Amino acid sequence: MTDAKQPIAWRHVRWLLVALALVAAPHGAQMPVWTIALMVMLIAWRAYVGYARLTLPNRWLLLLIAVAATIGVFLSYRTIFGRDAGVALLVVMLGLKLLETRTWRDAMLMSFLGYFLVITNFLYSQTIGTGLYMLACTVFITAAMVSLNHGAAEPPFRAQLRTAGVLLAQSVPLTLVLFLLFPRVPGPLWGLPRDAFAGVSGLSDTMTPGSLSSLVLSDAVAFRVRFESQIPRAKDLYWRGPLMWDFDGRTWSTQSFVYTAPGIEAEGDTVAYEVTLEPHNRRWLFALDLPAVAPPRSVVSTDYQLYSVQPVNNRLRYEMTSFLNARFGETEGRFALNRALQLPPRFNPRAQELGRALRQKHADEEGIIGEMLGMFRRNFVYTLEPPLLGEHSVDEFLFSTRSGFCEHYASSFAVVMRAAGIPTRIVTGYQGGEVNVLGNYLIVRQADAHAWTEVWLRNRGWVRVDPTFAVAPVRVDTGISAAVPRTDPLPLMVRAPYEFLRQARLTWDYMANAWNQWVLGYTPERQRSLLANVGMDDATWEKLTAILFVLAGIIVAMFTALALRQMTSRVRDPVKIAYQRFCDKLRRKGLSRAPAEGPVDYARRVERQRPELAPAVDAITRLYVALRYGAESGTAALIELQRRVRQFTA
Amino acid sequence: MYAALRNRFYTWLFRWRGPETGAIVLVQRRVFILPTRQGLVFALVLLVMLAGSINYSLGLGFVLTFLLGALGVNGMIHTFRNIANLRITGGRARPVFAGDTALFTIHLENRGNTERYAIGLAHGGGPASFVDVAARSAMPATAAVRATRRGVLRPGRLTLFTRYPLGLYYAWAYVDLDLRCIVYPRPAPPGPPIPPAAASPGAGAERGQGQEDFSGMRQYHRGDSPRHIAWKAAARDQGLLTKQFTGHAETELWLDWALLPPQMGVEERLSLLARWVLDAHAAGLTYGLRLPGATLELAAGEAHRDRCLETLAVFGND
Repeated sequence: MTDAKQPIAWRHVRWLLVALALVAAPHGAQMPVWTIALMVMLIAWRAYVGYARLTLPNRWLLLLIAVAATIGVFLSYRTIFGRDAGVALLVVMLGLKLLETRTWRDAMLMSFLGYFLVITNFLYSQTIGTGLYMLACTVFITAAMVSLNHGAAEPPFRAQLRTAGVLLAQSVPLTLVLFLLFPRVPGPLWGLPRDAFAGVSGLSDTMTPGSLSSLVLSDAVAFRVRFESQIPRAKDLYWRGPLMWDFDGRTWSTQSFVYTAPGIEAEGDTVAYEVTLEPHNRRWLFALDLPAVAPPRSVVSTDYQLYSVQPVNNRLRYEMTSFLNARFGETEGRFALNRALQLPPRFNPRAQELGRALRQKHADEEGIIGEMLGMFRRNFVYTLEPPLLGEHSVDEFLFSTRSGFCEHYASSFAVVMRAAGIPTRIVTGYQGGEVNVLGNYLIVRQADAHAWTEVWLRNRGWVRVDPTFAVAPVRVDTGISAAVPRTDPLPLMVRAPYEFLRQARLTWDYMANAWNQWVLGYTPERQRSLLANVGMDDATWEKLTAILFVLAGIIVAMFTALALRQMTSRVRDPVKIAYQRFCDKLRRKGLSRAPAEGPVDYARRVERQRPELAPAVDAITRLYVALRYGAESGTAALIELQRRVRQFTA
Repeated sequence: MYAALRNRFYTWLFRWRGPETGAIVLVQRRVFILPTRQGLVFALVLLVMLAGSINYSLGLGFVLTFLLGALGVNGMIHTFRNIANLRITGGRARPVFAGDTALFTIHLENRGNTERYAIGLAHGGGPASFVDVAARSAMPATAAVRATRRGVLRPGRLTLFTRYPLGLYYAWAYVDLDLRCIVYPRPAPPGPPIPPAAASPGAGAERGQGQEDFSGMRQYHRGDSPRHIAWKAAARDQGLLTKQFTGHAETELWLDWALLPPQMGVEERLSLLARWVLDAHAAGLTYGLRLPGATLELAAGEAHRDRCLETLAVFGND
């Protein structure tokens, strides 16, 4: 190709700069400030050089900046590999490459790198909003490519955008087929950088006063659940997460330990559902109290926690069945029970004293539990903003501040129960959820995070006791927004005072869920199950590829046939078209050409009536006569006629 | 051996079969398409993006990769369509002097309802010129061919090509139209004076033609300069008239091959005669041309000059 090395024009540079700035902009959120400043400088520099038609800077200077930037990235991230550092480096190098972009070939490469930059944005966000924004960026980059291949002509900005839009829109059918049928392989293909999944929120494996109440401030979705039949009542929706056995006076935690799993004595009603869990970078899975099965690639621990084999780094979908009123753990081993009674002796003396007093007062354990819950019910306040607690956190909570969040209640209840000799453990997880009638599924947010306890009673096994229920029954019945005082800060998504806002956000969540399920969560498993639904039970990749090729072939053939329909429109003479437009302009001013009037007669008549138009009319008529009846046939004369007609105003 | 084989293969593949008269329609069989180097790089970028999407389980990454893949396929259809079914007819080429560049005009007729953008026309490996052809419209395109020798220049195969809209594919077609351009002998450098006018009765009375003073009008003849067409008269609907101007030439002369020094070669003679024709025309003289086997009678004007030069161009080539 002879013109791959042709220099590009300023309008091409403009396209590239706008497209790349749009694509790189979202990365500003996680890049160091100096890289943003450098990018702005580089883009402004290239724009100035392009606009003023100067020569591009020296290569050695650019190389120097590149080396300096690499060192800068290393100093900022302590590495140049990994997700964040890699992306920052890529963005800076693209900015530098802009200052080297001189020819058509360079510019084409820049467009491709722009596409690549689009995909790096998906490492950070894959929401519908991001998707739409990046689609707009893709249209822009494509328009830049169209502009680069337009030759010397410069069609209007919007025409190029439209061309790009049409090109992409026509690609949608084939995209769909590829998306659905391209044989998916489970990733990763190579090692993921350590920071690949940084910054996800969720429950932790420890619990201190305040750890849950900060989580509750997030309206991020923890998981969504679709039930096979009716959604259970709110007070049955206890989503069991990490269990805590050990208390050090302030923090509840759990060390993994193994003992003989106690059996399940009575199963009660079962409920089947499908959970779509947002990535939280931990291993536990959530299930309704009490999980009856373990999903693939996960295990049930001896205290009936569900663990995934791998940390949940991607949105995970699993089928679950739970027993709603199970009785379990009657045969719990002594080792476990002993552990559920341990208390650090030097902490919270008054709470331990209270526990021993309750044991003295009541003969049976139900009495102890009842009195403790009664105490909570009478004197305590449920709030998201509890006062800070000191060294003996449980004592201070029980006897002085008396206001707290679910972790305060669960923790202090467990301490008193253990002191009273009742084996107790903390369960963290989520409680409740919001039903989205659109699509009939349940949304469980981080704001639904909850902590409760399980006490072990002779002849009954482990029994769930939720002290928060005693303080604020509405927390369990209606949800967090009704339970905490109006002045407490809560995310808008959870509070939502207006009905239309609630509707709007439910509609939005419905879309987000569909997006998650079908776009982001289209895994190899989902692909297989979808194909099984249309009657292809064993979809090997060979079969998929074969179907893919057939369908893609059909689509391409259809589009080709449409594009290459035999074209037999009558070709009109561009000279005639231009002259006709000229006549139309005059006609609109009441100077229409008579049916048999020659162009010269017509021009003279117009000149008589509108002398001020004479020069323009004369020139156009002369060009027309020369092109139409004379010897003139060149492109230049035709273009001149078209230009004059375009500029003509009657 | 290899070159010969390749030539035979190309001749078969591209159906090279010599000049065609009339219009050529670029039917699908005539249009060829291959990815450009940029197209291959694009495919490579897509592969990397696919691997990244798999590795990081990027749902949207898959969507983007497949969308761009489909865009690549769609781009192929569009590039092909941009050039297919164009109707090509040959145009005229103005005569040039040897050593100049002949501009061959061909007409691209777009009978479709979509505009064709950035259609390139090139001759051999030479530079290309690009034109846009609006829907249901025709557009002239020019190919520049260097005219090295006098005579009739046939450009041979021209390449029509396009990379629009994405530059990922190169679609092209060979057109071998029956085009020709008269190449006049390169005029000798100005210098040798025109030989003295031969005595000829009535020479002084003949009114010469020049460009200085307006002397009247006559009917338009093909070959008259458009600059001399009387547009005002045309506007009065008197038909096309050519303005005539009086020069100061009062003599007539014969430019005669036989009068040149015998040691001069053929090309040298033609070159010199061409110079004299030009000079005589510029001076507004009435002149005739005598060549072995051809004589052009005394006359003046652009048409006469062109006829003379053409005679010189094809001399000995028949």
